[in-house]
Amino acid sequence: MADSGVTDGAEKKEDITRVKNEGKELSKEEKQRLRKEKKSQKKNKEKKDEQDALASEREKNCAPSTLSQPAAHKETAASPPVQAAVSEPPAPAAAAPPADKPAKSKAELKAERRARQEAERASKPGKKGDPGPQSTAGKPKAPPSELQPVVKRLPEHVQVDNPEVLKKLAKKLERQQTPGRGAALKIPLRSDYGYKVSLFSHLHQYSRKAPLTQQLSIPSTVIHPVIVRLGLQYSQGIVAGSNARSVALLHAFKQVIRDYVTPPNEELSRDMVNKLKPYISFLNQCRPLSASMGNAIKYIKKEISNIPSQCKEEEAKTKLQDCIDRYIREKIVLAARAISKYAIEKISDGDVILVYGCSSLVNHILCEASEKRRKFRVIVVDSRPRLEGREALRRLVKHGISCTYVLISALSYVLPEVSKVFLGAHALLANGYVMSRVGTSQIALVAKAFNVPVLVCCETYKFCERVQTDSFVSNELDDPDDLMVTRKGKTQLEGWQQVSQLGLLNLVYDVTPPDFVDLVITDLGMIPCTSVPVVLRVKNVDQ
Amino acid sequence: MELQAVLMAAGGGSRMMDLTYNTPKPMLPVGNKPLMWYPLNLLERVGFEEVIVITTKEVQKMMSTDPKMKLEVKMKLDVVCIPEDTDMGTADALRHIQQKIKTDILVMSCDLITDAALHEVVDLFRAHNATLAMMMSKAHEFTETVPGQKGKKKTAEQRDFVGVDESGKRLLFMANEADLEEGLSIRKSIMRKHPRMHIKTGLVDAHLYCLKKSVVDFLAENKSISSIRGELVPYLVRKQFSKAANSQTTKDEADEQSQKQKDGNVNLDLHILSRDEPLLQLAQDYSCWNDHRGDMSDAYHGGTLRCYVHIMEQGLCYRVNTLAAYIEANRLAPKLFEEPAVHPSAVVSERCLIGSDSIIGAGGQIAEKTSIKRSTIGNSVTVKEKVKVTNSIVMHGVTIEEGCNIQGSVICSNAVIGHGADLKYCLVGNGQRIEPEAERTNEVIVGSDQLMEI
Repeated sequence: MADSGVTDGAEKKEDITRVKNEGKELSKEEKQRLRKEKKSQKKNKEKKDEQDALASEREKNCAPSTLSQPAAHKETAASPPVQAAVSEPPAPAAAAPPADKPAKSKAELKAERRARQEAERASKPGKKGDPGPQSTAGKPKAPPSELQPVVKRLPEHVQVDNPEVLKKLAKKLERQQTPGRGAALKIPLRSDYGYKVSLFSHLHQYSRKAPLTQQLSIPSTVIHPVIVRLGLQYSQGIVAGSNARSVALLHAFKQVIRDYVTPPNEELSRDMVNKLKPYISFLNQCRPLSASMGNAIKYIKKEISNIPSQCKEEEAKTKLQDCIDRYIREKIVLAARAISKYAIEKISDGDVILVYGCSSLVNHILCEASEKRRKFRVIVVDSRPRLEGREALRRLVKHGISCTYVLISALSYVLPEVSKVFLGAHALLANGYVMSRVGTSQIALVAKAFNVPVLVCCETYKFCERVQTDSFVSNELDDPDDLMVTRKGKTQLEGWQQVSQLGLLNLVYDVTPPDFVDLVITDLGMIPCTSVPVVLRVKNVDQ
Repeated sequence: MELQAVLMAAGGGSRMMDLTYNTPKPMLPVGNKPLMWYPLNLLERVGFEEVIVITTKEVQKMMSTDPKMKLEVKMKLDVVCIPEDTDMGTADALRHIQQKIKTDILVMSCDLITDAALHEVVDLFRAHNATLAMMMSKAHEFTETVPGQKGKKKTAEQRDFVGVDESGKRLLFMANEADLEEGLSIRKSIMRKHPRMHIKTGLVDAHLYCLKKSVVDFLAENKSISSIRGELVPYLVRKQFSKAANSQTTKDEADEQSQKQKDGNVNLDLHILSRDEPLLQLAQDYSCWNDHRGDMSDAYHGGTLRCYVHIMEQGLCYRVNTLAAYIEANRLAPKLFEEPAVHPSAVVSERCLIGSDSIIGAGGQIAEKTSIKRSTIGNSVTVKEKVKVTNSIVMHGVTIEEGCNIQGSVICSNAVIGHGADLKYCLVGNGQRIEPEAERTNEVIVGSDQLMEI
């Protein structure tokens, strides 16, 4: 790469000297354009060759076209750099245009240059659109560069089947080295495991038996030990559930802030954010971040960057730790109290309440309601492979609530006796969809069919600006080996990797449309599902 | 910093006195490398940059002169010498270096040769916030004949009984056969919490422990515990289920209880059983995870002291503390590393047969018509013509004259074997001379001064 840069520079210098000899100056714009073109050269050499081919075609096609006079000078002067930019390694091609110059007329030259500039401009958004249509198409065809020039970039975590994106991710992790003493270690890239079902091949699938710590050094000096511990707890499922993960994350950040020392010549507000970035990548590799964790991280980053520069280090650290404590207290603990206050109004005596899985918020509501002497009973619905309902069952029974336990396959049998359904949420999306544990949308659907009201309980800090209408685009794939069950010493699915036609899918989340949800109980009150964007807008205005 | 490594290299090798009376155990050559090089290499490969080595002055002197240690060990070794005459146990040694210890520690013994993945043990320690995490391995039967063993093999040494829970990770019970005179009794409280317990006996303790810093502080105040393996580990395992551990007592209650209990337990209560930080507790409350199911208690049964064990199913794990283990280790240790069997500086003449299982050390001189099979030849060894060496270990500086036949033996350093000698399953001590044409079978030939030491 370096070599070609030098030769390109040499070519350009030749062109520039030629221009100077011809009596034209290089204006500021031309210099800027030169710089821009050098940069774009270094990025995509090969794509330039393609553009070469395309541009030369267009040259031949649109030969004479009327051009405006005022633009003439700029363009004639800019043409040598443009020519040099376009004509790279193919040296004969580089030789050709200068040779052609005296032969063609002025108008034709202008047309050529214009065409080439437009080709370049068109190629730039075309490059951006390449990864997009490629992955959505799912097949590695040659991307039509004429495609939507305004295609938004897809996030990296849903482009796992695109090798280019994986390479970019590996490079990004490499670049996020924390400067340890001696050799800086990069955050390792966790490799995917097993055969992925084709509909979900764009997502990561990791094995619990191959932890990320295998690739780290043992006394972890690069990553703070609290973060390593947290990552391990995430990947092994010891800390599971949206609220638990957020609280554990904030606790870990408190420790990191406590142990942080501002390096000389750096400002705390800028350097600490850079320190946190590799930790967040590491945690993301251990287990994809949840929406609540994402919002918490945004909040912390905002608080850190808002620290005034004259603030002393100790003061700043205590201030940040207080902010974190306040966030947890307000957004999680007090919000839970407010939500249970609203929810208890909705629970009347003699109710039969159906809950699904283990949601910390719903359990809290039910325990408070039973303390307030409401008479109700609970049906806990559970599903494999996580079987989280057992934990919910334990907590509710410990509080003295009478419970029934069924698996999700028995849902339609128990629904006739249910009066309300309380569901927890992992996140509430901007279009009103509820993202929650897989199985929730099924419960909401069947409850709707039975005309049973469905109430979703969710704190406002879990509101997310994402929009999703199906569970395929963005989801999480858990370890497929969890689906294997050993009964009486036999594991039927033991050799599933060897059977080529068999794929195991262990989804974690699904989205429920707002038509099935009757009410969302948040700490701001009881709102319909479609008011989520309003809440988000109000939150943004406040901030 | 997360973990500090501590290497215990002051042990005497009491079970193989024939080998260690002249060379201290940490410097015994195994596969032509000193024994303590193996755990140090393991620590280095895993990523440690500093190790605290507890050893004697003699070993420290030998360490500084040994070329392997100087060149290949890139970590910073902080050598702490303990006086040789005092009988310091491993826990006493930890108490000695208490000032240097600032975080949790990883304690290893110098006689451990293994290719285990250390991250498995440390992950248990990290993920469950454990007080103790250790490693054990399935014991192998030693198949090689041990020189100097008269008659049948001695009955198995005192067995260890290890009780683990269903998942095979949590350590519930640990006792040595010697302590169980009336039989193995298990407390009801343990059975109520963990109704399914697997008790294993054929396990070898790798003597690799991750300990929390609070345990070291506890040791500093509790001077009655002198050995990690013998006393501290069983104590911690028992303490997991003690009544004080389970009631989440506030500090006042702990003070009251301490007046009733013996002094030794006070400090452990205050150190180890202090409540987990409130945020961590909150996270655990919100989390829908439990380590067991079937009863109504919270994760970990509300206990704050937890001991975990990682049991290696496959792979090498040897504790070189007996002669049989030493011979086995010499056989297998070279396979751990990709090094040329014949050292480049050794002079080997053309007509000798060197088996693929043998290794020749630096500066060795092997004359013609010799045959060396399944043996380890040390550094600077001179082997004259027509010698047959099979299944043996020859340490540094030995001279073997012509026509000797050495089978299944261990020849210690600087010994001289006269020509025509025939040694089968013998152990020749340091600096001994075997007269020419001698025929010895199954004997331990050591100097008279060593015999007096017992």
